[in-house]
Amino acid sequence: MKTFSIGGVHPHDSKISANAAIESFPIPEVAYISMGQHLGAPAEPVVAPGDKVKVGQLIANANGFISAPVHSSVSGTVKGIEIIKDLAGNPCKAVVITVEGDEWVETIDRSEEIVRDIKLDSKAIIDRIKECGVVGLGGATFPTNVKLSPPPGKKAEFLIINGAECEPYLTSDYRVLIEMPEQVLIGAAIMMKALNVTQGFVGIEENKPEAIRIMTEKAKAYPQIKIVSLKKKYPQGGEKQLIDAVVGRKVPSMGLPIDTGAVVQNVGTALAVYEAVQKNKPLFEGIMTITGECCPQQKNYKHRVGTPLSKMIEAVGGVPEAAAKAISGGPMMGKAIANLDAPTLKGSSSVLFLTEEQTKRKEESNCIRCGKCIEACPMGLEPYLLNKLAKAGRMDDLEENKIYDCIECGCCLFTCPAYVPLLDTIRLAKANVMKIMRSRPPKK
Amino acid sequence: MKKLLVSPSPHIHGKENTKSLMRDVVIALLPTVAVSIYCFGLSALKLALVGVLACVAIEYVIAKFVLKTKVTICDYSAVITGLLLALNVPINTPWWVLVIGSIVAIGVAKMTFGGLGQNLFNPALVGRVFLLISFPVIMTDWSVPAETLFDGVSGATPLGIVKEGLAQGLTLSQIYEANNFSYAQMLFTRIGSAGEISAIALLLGFVYLLVRRVIRPHITLSIWATVFVFSGILWLCNPEQFTDPIFNLLTGGMLLGSIFMATDYVTSPMEPKGMVIFGVGIGIITILIREFGAYPEGISFAILIMNATVPLINMFCKPKRFGKEAK
Repeated sequence: MKTFSIGGVHPHDSKISANAAIESFPIPEVAYISMGQHLGAPAEPVVAPGDKVKVGQLIANANGFISAPVHSSVSGTVKGIEIIKDLAGNPCKAVVITVEGDEWVETIDRSEEIVRDIKLDSKAIIDRIKECGVVGLGGATFPTNVKLSPPPGKKAEFLIINGAECEPYLTSDYRVLIEMPEQVLIGAAIMMKALNVTQGFVGIEENKPEAIRIMTEKAKAYPQIKIVSLKKKYPQGGEKQLIDAVVGRKVPSMGLPIDTGAVVQNVGTALAVYEAVQKNKPLFEGIMTITGECCPQQKNYKHRVGTPLSKMIEAVGGVPEAAAKAISGGPMMGKAIANLDAPTLKGSSSVLFLTEEQTKRKEESNCIRCGKCIEACPMGLEPYLLNKLAKAGRMDDLEENKIYDCIECGCCLFTCPAYVPLLDTIRLAKANVMKIMRSRPPKK
Repeated sequence: MKKLLVSPSPHIHGKENTKSLMRDVVIALLPTVAVSIYCFGLSALKLALVGVLACVAIEYVIAKFVLKTKVTICDYSAVITGLLLALNVPINTPWWVLVIGSIVAIGVAKMTFGGLGQNLFNPALVGRVFLLISFPVIMTDWSVPAETLFDGVSGATPLGIVKEGLAQGLTLSQIYEANNFSYAQMLFTRIGSAGEISAIALLLGFVYLLVRRVIRPHITLSIWATVFVFSGILWLCNPEQFTDPIFNLLTGGMLLGSIFMATDYVTSPMEPKGMVIFGVGIGIITILIREFGAYPEGISFAILIMNATVPLINMFCKPKRFGKEAK
């Protein structure tokens, strides 16, 4: 069984929503479509209050190289361009649309039929992906077209589709893999054509045997794509870990995946690419898991981007009585939700409810130097040391000990028997060290 | 509306904590304690209770009234120190000697440095060595109480007999013959402190610690390998002068020390390469003391000496980083 070479932890996988088939969530009465749906500069609105929009119509342009356009997920009238609060409670710009009916832009192919033939050429594919506002749906929401255009001097050798879904609880990628396996494979084939590579892999963790079975069956028609079964171990789906596990190459320190010849895309992204290129459908829908042991219903919803989270939470019976924390994303790397009225984004993957017992931080005690954080770190760092150096403010020693390599996966804090908040201090110190590193004049 | 928590990731935590790990060490020591009670009777139970109670009480008093910090006696670490100390002294040790040992172990070696996690040297070993130097007669009196399993047996430990015999100019075969040594005897019952009498019970504890992933095997195995190889070379050079490797592995505090003392988290290296260096050092120093030193047994000193090198080892032994250096 393939896996990454160092570190990792084994949280209970808790995939309790795995058997809930994807359901379309009702279109909301008002959609709040955020301009900050992606990594990079927020998009620039091109609609004005009072404008009529259709589903799939462009409402905001990309604003710079690392940015992506935004399309309306609903039809209706633009109520205004407002400042709303995002998940964390921070202000962000959003186009607010009052929904009237469900009228789609005519160019979108809404048929159920699977389009297998890839007509566009490499450049046209990348342009289409860019126009459709496709971003990476594995968490970082990095514009997909940028990832598919390696910088000069670098050459892609293969594509890896990330189906590891190593975070506990999350099941949206799993549902896509078993309900729309061919679309994912065609999406992968499209990206391989765009990158001009002949080798593709889909990495899936062994705790999803059904997905591995179905994908292996369907992949028979796509001889260039291999389904790779991976050991269940967190963070198997980390980009650097996945490349290591699947092809045994290691991304250099401070390097990019492309330095190993790999381009990694998420399962959800492959589906979005398929829909953009074959169906001419911009990215305005997403799949979200609503879950948690304390949540009375487990759901996998297909939602229109801009649906308030609170609507979805109401549909499963409101915030559960026992819930102490709501998390957007998985329990290892997701963000705690401060504002339940925030709208969904392209990259939203879940609302996870955890009880106080499951999530409350225990009181910190002395480090007992057990070395378990070193054993757990998938980047081969020494979290206990970084924590100590960070508290002492020793920036040069932090750099010497490669704090910038930290992927913030949370393994150290997960495993620490003394509940030392290792990642909290390391995250903060890492940002400061990287600021100092960036402020230096570039080396000749 | 109900208030929800907002805090940074990760939002879940593994099942292990300091208390559960320390409790596992106590559980791993139970077979050894049980065998000592079986062999030595109530005296062994009394020693264990005195050791544990003294260590816990001293930690409580110091934390509560001297340092005025949070009392952490519930984390089982003082229990381990007390148990290890009790298992490390001869069965006839008076209770007040053990209490003095506990004061040194917890008061001097642990709390002075700031409590759990801060000490440089293994507290139980500091306590034991302090007693060995301060009460040499009591600490080497291996006679056993009358009501025990080995009724009437008394005398020195195998290591002591060998050292004595060699000093009198005897050869090893003469010593072995005169004392009826056999490996079978070493594997289970023999003369020594409560923690030294059963290799099988100690190995059972070792397996438990490994299975529960409390410790990694590097330190213990590298000590064994070093002892085996180093004493093996000496033995091959002169089998009448130097004891054989198996004898060295099974006698004295070798197993108790290599399984339970050298692997103490706080006072051992944190990274596998460092663990191996640490273990090799302990192995070499132990054999040097046993074969060439004045004391018959050397593992306590060896561990304490290597404890002092741990900060240096931690500084130089870095884990293997992911990926090559940035260009």
